[in-house]
Parts: sequence; structure tokens; C-alpha cells
Amino acid sequence: MSTQLCSCTQEKLREILAPFPAGRREMLIPVLQAVQETFGYLPEVTLDTIGAHIGVSPAKVYGVATFYNQFRLQPVGKHIVRVCRGTACHVRGSKLLLDAVGDALGVKPGETTPDGAFTLETVACLGACSIAPVVTVDGNFHGAVQTRGVGKMLDTYREKE
Amino acid sequence: MTTATTAISLMDACCSRCTHSPQTPCAQYLDCRAHGPLCHTDPACTAALNARRDAAMHIATRPIIYVGAGTCGLAAGMDQVIPAMQKALTEHGLDVMVKEVGCFGLCHREPMLDVKKPGRPRVCFDHVDVKKALAIVTRYLVNDEVPADLSMGIIATPDAAPDSPEFALPNLYDLPVLVRQRRIVLQNCGLIDPDALDEYVARGGYGALAKALAAGDNGEMVLNEVLKAGLRGRGGGGFPTGRKWQLTRAQQNTPKYLVCNADEGDPGAFMDRSVLEGDPHRVIEGMLLGALAIGADHGYIYCRAEYPLAIKRLLHSIEELEGRGLLGDNILGSGFSFHLKVKQGAGAFVCGEETALLASIEGKRGMPRVRPPYPAQSGLWGQPTCINNVETFANVAAIVDHGGAAFASVGTERSKGTKVFALTGTIKLGGLVEVPMGMTLREVVFDVGGGILDDRPFKAVQIGGPSGGCLPTAMLDTLVDYDSLIAAGAMMGSGGLVVMDDKTCMVDLARFFMEFIRNESCGKCIPCREGTTRMLEILERIVRPYRDEDTEATLQRFKSVIMLEELAQVIRDTSLCGLGQTAPNPVLSTLRYFRDEYEKHVFERTCPAGACRSLLTFTVNAEKCKGCTLCARNCPAGAIWGASKQTHVIDQAKCVHCGVCMDVCRFDAVLAQ
Repeated sequence: MSTQLCSCTQEKLREILAPFPAGRREMLIPVLQAVQETFGYLPEVTLDTIGAHIGVSPAKVYGVATFYNQFRLQPVGKHIVRVCRGTACHVRGSKLLLDAVGDALGVKPGETTPDGAFTLETVACLGACSIAPVVTVDGNFHGAVQTRGVGKMLDTYREKE
Repeated sequence: MTTATTAISLMDACCSRCTHSPQTPCAQYLDCRAHGPLCHTDPACTAALNARRDAAMHIATRPIIYVGAGTCGLAAGMDQVIPAMQKALTEHGLDVMVKEVGCFGLCHREPMLDVKKPGRPRVCFDHVDVKKALAIVTRYLVNDEVPADLSMGIIATPDAAPDSPEFALPNLYDLPVLVRQRRIVLQNCGLIDPDALDEYVARGGYGALAKALAAGDNGEMVLNEVLKAGLRGRGGGGFPTGRKWQLTRAQQNTPKYLVCNADEGDPGAFMDRSVLEGDPHRVIEGMLLGALAIGADHGYIYCRAEYPLAIKRLLHSIEELEGRGLLGDNILGSGFSFHLKVKQGAGAFVCGEETALLASIEGKRGMPRVRPPYPAQSGLWGQPTCINNVETFANVAAIVDHGGAAFASVGTERSKGTKVFALTGTIKLGGLVEVPMGMTLREVVFDVGGGILDDRPFKAVQIGGPSGGCLPTAMLDTLVDYDSLIAAGAMMGSGGLVVMDDKTCMVDLARFFMEFIRNESCGKCIPCREGTTRMLEILERIVRPYRDEDTEATLQRFKSVIMLEELAQVIRDTSLCGLGQTAPNPVLSTLRYFRDEYEKHVFERTCPAGACRSLLTFTVNAEKCKGCTLCARNCPAGAIWGASKQTHVIDQAKCVHCGVCMDVCRFDAVLAQ
């Protein structure tokens, strides 16, 4: 990975950082969330600039970025598939469902398909327990998903491309 | 009576004589909106405010359609119903107001939609799909026929004429799932537009704040009522809220902070989400009262990023309150100032622990620290800080309104008031329920929850999330209160109640929670970081197939099982924070109540519930098999053979015990033993 920021990334980053007051440690997580919102992940090259703006070392930024589940340091696929692994979903078979989605995509949780179409993630609980087991694709909820319905569900997103 | 347009709010000035603004606050502003105008007598102003109050109470001259637009309603399909219905309304040329409301709690009936005609009660419809929504529009709104077959009940409204034909329908609150509930926290949820401040105010909202500010005693009355109420923290620990406030109030150091813990991370719990989505002002009013009682002028709501709708609603509510001078400097001219911000979490379960939460607000990794000093002495940036849960705050306004004694009349000796539970799992009437403390678990599961899905046998109820425990049938008469649950080996937790039938394996469930805790352990202290990993390894060894096991591994398996309880005790006694101290609870409680199931796994290598697939043997039932070849085509190991239209056979030597054959079989011909 290059350690230099290309000028367009730098420009974008500056835009993101502008509304956040400099030198305020409590702004670190909101800044990281804003950067991820724009880029889809936290490009490693941005961490130095973020640290300089917030006033902490890159190591501290990296520490926070790797501590929280929300932050990713790798780019993600076009569609993000999140399988809920909450208790209610577990009781209704979400482990098997996760395996089925993983098999259908050929990846493990946290990975992206080689064609960059899908990223598979797990989530601790989406709070939609009444329609367990739940899968979200790009934030759209799919409730009471059965293992045999996984292929069809994913195909509808493939076709959208 | 005039129809108020949405542009005019009850919170607006009636005429130029009203001078209230954030810069020039009027002490009587809230009372005025509830009973005013107070500073002048003008029939025009009285009429205007009355009309706006009516509008906020949903007394209108045109029909109102309420759509359940909480996360669960939208997820269940309401997002498709809304545009289709709006199209139909336009086609019929109907002038109808469509209101988005939060979750009513009847998740098993989502998507839900209510219709209220002028002068009639509110008629509720469940399982609304596009077809049903169109039928409701045509039959009820166009033809004015009460569609009794589509409705599940009615809710009485203040303007409903006693001879309305809708009264032939049952009252919604008489449904078995609702009749035993007592709604304080959920009072408005699903009934009002959560984005409309005036709807909350018209129902008595912020009346407690007005009362507390009018008392002019710096929140002493609020504190006394909360102490009298015996309110205990609803986030899990059950620490007396009044006591916590007293401790923070006594601190001389300023500024002080008030924090609302909305980092509802327990899998299977969504009470806080529903309250924040359905009635955010109730929580904010509770925070204002708390801030007044402890003397804080800044507050934070730390909310999970997984709850985008809750965050959106909170931000909207805060903005509206600031615009009306109910948040900010010198609120209603009382000299009391309170600034409220929303902090988004970033997905770390441990941030539900108060010191970790504070570290996260400060922009650090969410790691707990040793207490004392307690946050009441040294919290955010070293200042006195008080942290309470969403549901705790949601109770405060009612306590101040009706008095602590009234609140304390509900519940048991040491647990007062009500508790909201998220009732999920294999239960018939899953959803959000608010029951008085002291009900038995049996009543909650069978009377309120309607029993087990498909009438299967009840096996256990998991209460309190990853920190709680699993209680069996024999413990169903345990009272729902803080102390009885602790004595039974579980805990109140935040209120997740997951019901399980005979198909759930307790060893697998313990393993599930241990995996969760292992992943969520922040890694700061060794007992939790290493101990939970070791416990998970032991549990995984129990459910792993023994075919490839050598003697050494067998020995390890038995040895580790012997050590499991001891390891659990060590983790419980020596971990730094609540996450680690309660991490072994799911294992300890299942060991206590379902020991035989562990023994079957360890000694007999079987899973009685049929859930641990790696221990099962899959065979084909020749009588049921139609030879469709589906299983053979899906088997990842190529372990199934058989010609088309012939009975298939599973080669046990090749089988990897994934169970795909059983999942895909359309004839239930694959058996697992």
C-alpha cells in the first residue's frame, strides 16, 4: 500500500475534517466514522492526517480504529451482507444461515468476494428479533431467512448491477 | 374546530403577546401550552391553542393513518406498504393524514397500521401487506364499512362518539398479550409521532420538568421523589438511581456530566431502541430532570451506531427542544442550563460498561478501568459524572408527575415499578412487553407471551443476555425482580428474554455466549481475555466429533471439563469489570440446571436436542426418500449416493456432519440422531 496520499484523496479528507475542531480528542471516533462513511473503509494513508488533526499519534488512531468493530481498514465489496448473530437469531438457526451465506459467496465472515461484489459480515444484534433470523444486505432487512432461500436473496442484488 | 396544518405547532406562539424564545424564556411556557394562554385573555388565542392541542391529540377533521415505522415494522415490510397505500389514497382522492409512529411492541403482528376517523376510535390492523392495506383503504375509508375480519382491535380516543360502530370490535388492550401489561415507559410508544414535540407535550409531556423548575429547589424535589420511588437502574446492575444521583449531587467539583447509556449491546434485547425510536422525548425529559437533580449542565446520549433510526430521532428531538428553549442555557428562565449531545458508538459491547463508555466518549479505546474512583467522583475528563440507562430515564418523568409513592406501589418489596422486556426466541407472541416487577417468569412467558411456538415443550428461558443465565422449567415460578433472579443464578440484565424450546441445545447456547464474550472482551485484564478463550476451547472440545481424536485429546477433553467450573469461578472473581465478572454466567447457569445435557455430550457423545450437528449421525429414511437427488447434489463432501428416483444413502465415512442434506430435503427424509 502506498504511503502517499493522492491529491484527490487528500482534498476529500480535508473536506471531511474541516467541520471538526482540531485538537479535540473526543472528536476522534466521529472523524473516523465520517471518513469511513465517505471511503467505505479507513484507508491506512489517512490515519496520519487524522491523527495530526486530532492531535494524537498515528499509533493511537490505529489503536482506536482497530478496537471498534465498526471500523474497517480494508475496502469492502459493493454489497455488504450482514448476518445477525444475536441470541434470538441463534436460537432460530443463524449459525447455519451464516454458513450457508458463506458457502454461497465462497468467503468467510469479514472477507470480500474476489470479484468485489459482496462483503460478508456478522453483527451482534440488529434488534429485529421478532423476524429472526435476520440478514441485511446494504441495510435492507430480510427477515425469517431460510438457508435454502439464500441463493435467491443474493441473486436479486447481483442482478441489480 | 379547525384542522391544524402540520406547519403550526402547539409549541408556537399564539399571538405577538407571547414573548417566549430561547433568548427571552418565559417561566410559564410549558404550563401555557398545556392550559394557556396564561399571560393574557383572548378568546381567539384560547381557541387557537385549543385547536392545536386537539390536533396534537389527533382530534382532527380528516382521517389519520398511523403506520408502524420502527425498525421492526419497516423490516417486516411496511416500507413497501406505505408507497402503495399512498398511491391508492391519491387515486381515491382521499384527504388523509399519514403519520409515522414508533413500535407498539407487538412485533409478532408487524407490520401494523392503525386508522382513525374523525370522532371514532382508532382501529388497529396487523400483518398488513400491500393487498390488505388496499382492502382497508377501499372498505373502511371509501365504503365506510368496519372491516371486522381484518382488524385486531381498537384503541379508545378522547373524541370517539360512544355509538361508533367500531366499538363492536374488541379493545386492543384486552388482548391477552396486553391485558397483564402495565405501561409506564411504553405509554406513548406506537401511539404518537415521535418526531412531534407537541404530541408529547399535549399528553402531559415536560409537565414534570415544568413542575421541577417551578419548585425552585435545584432539583431537590426530583431527587426526593426518585429516592421515595425506589427506582433501580434498568441497565442491569440494579443500583438505586436516587442514591447514585445523591452521590453525584454531593460532589463540589464542577462541571458535572450526565450520561445516558443507550449502548444496548445485549444480543436479543431491543427495549432501548424501541423507546428511543417511539418516544425519545420521554428519555430526554428524564435526563433533564436527572441533570437538575445532580447539578449537571452537560449531557451525552451514547447510542449504538447499529440504531440509525434512534439516532436520527434523538438528533431531531434535541434540535427541536433547543429551538423551543427547552434545552440550552437558562431553560425557562430558571437559571438551569443543560446541553445535550448524541455520541455514536462504534460497535463494542464492552462500551456498555460505564467506565469503558466514558473512555469511548473521550475518543479513546473503550476499555474499562478500575473502580474506585467511581464516575460519580471522577468520570468524564475527571469530572463528576452520572450514568443511567435509557429505561431508567424513561421512568423519571412519571415518578415526578405522579409522585414516588405511586411508583413504589407497583412491584415488589425491593424492586419497584415495571420492567420492559424484549420477549424473543421460540415464543408465540414475541415483542416488547412492560410488566410489573414481581410477576413470575411463567406468567411472562405463557400468559403475556402466549407460550411456545408450534406448542413445542418449553425448555429454558435466557434472561439478562451474555451476563445472565438460563432458567429451566422448574424455575419458572421465579419472580421477575432483581434479587430473585440473582438468587436463581440469572440476572435482570437490560431485559432480553429469549425463550427456548426442546430443539435448543444448552451446551451450544453456552458456547454461543462464550464465543460472543471472547470476541467482545477488550483484552485489558487477563482473566477475561485468556479465561474466556480457554472456556470457549473447552466447550468446543465438548461438541467436536471424536472420530479423529487421539488419546491425548480425549484426556484433555475430560480434564478440561473437570476444570470448567473452577475456571469459571476464577474469571468471575478476578476480572476487572462487569463484562468479565459475569462472563461465566451462561456456562455456570447451564451447568447448574442442565448438567445432564453436558454429561450426554461428554460421555455419550450425543446431543439430545439435535443441535450440535458434529455429534449427530445423518441417515436417510428409505420410506420418505423420493430419490430427488437434491441432497446428493448439495452435499459438499460427496458423501451421498443414489440414482434418480432411488433411495439415497449417506456414506458415514465421508460425512462431514454439516447437515446440508437435512436442510435441503423437501420430504423430511434425512434423520439426525
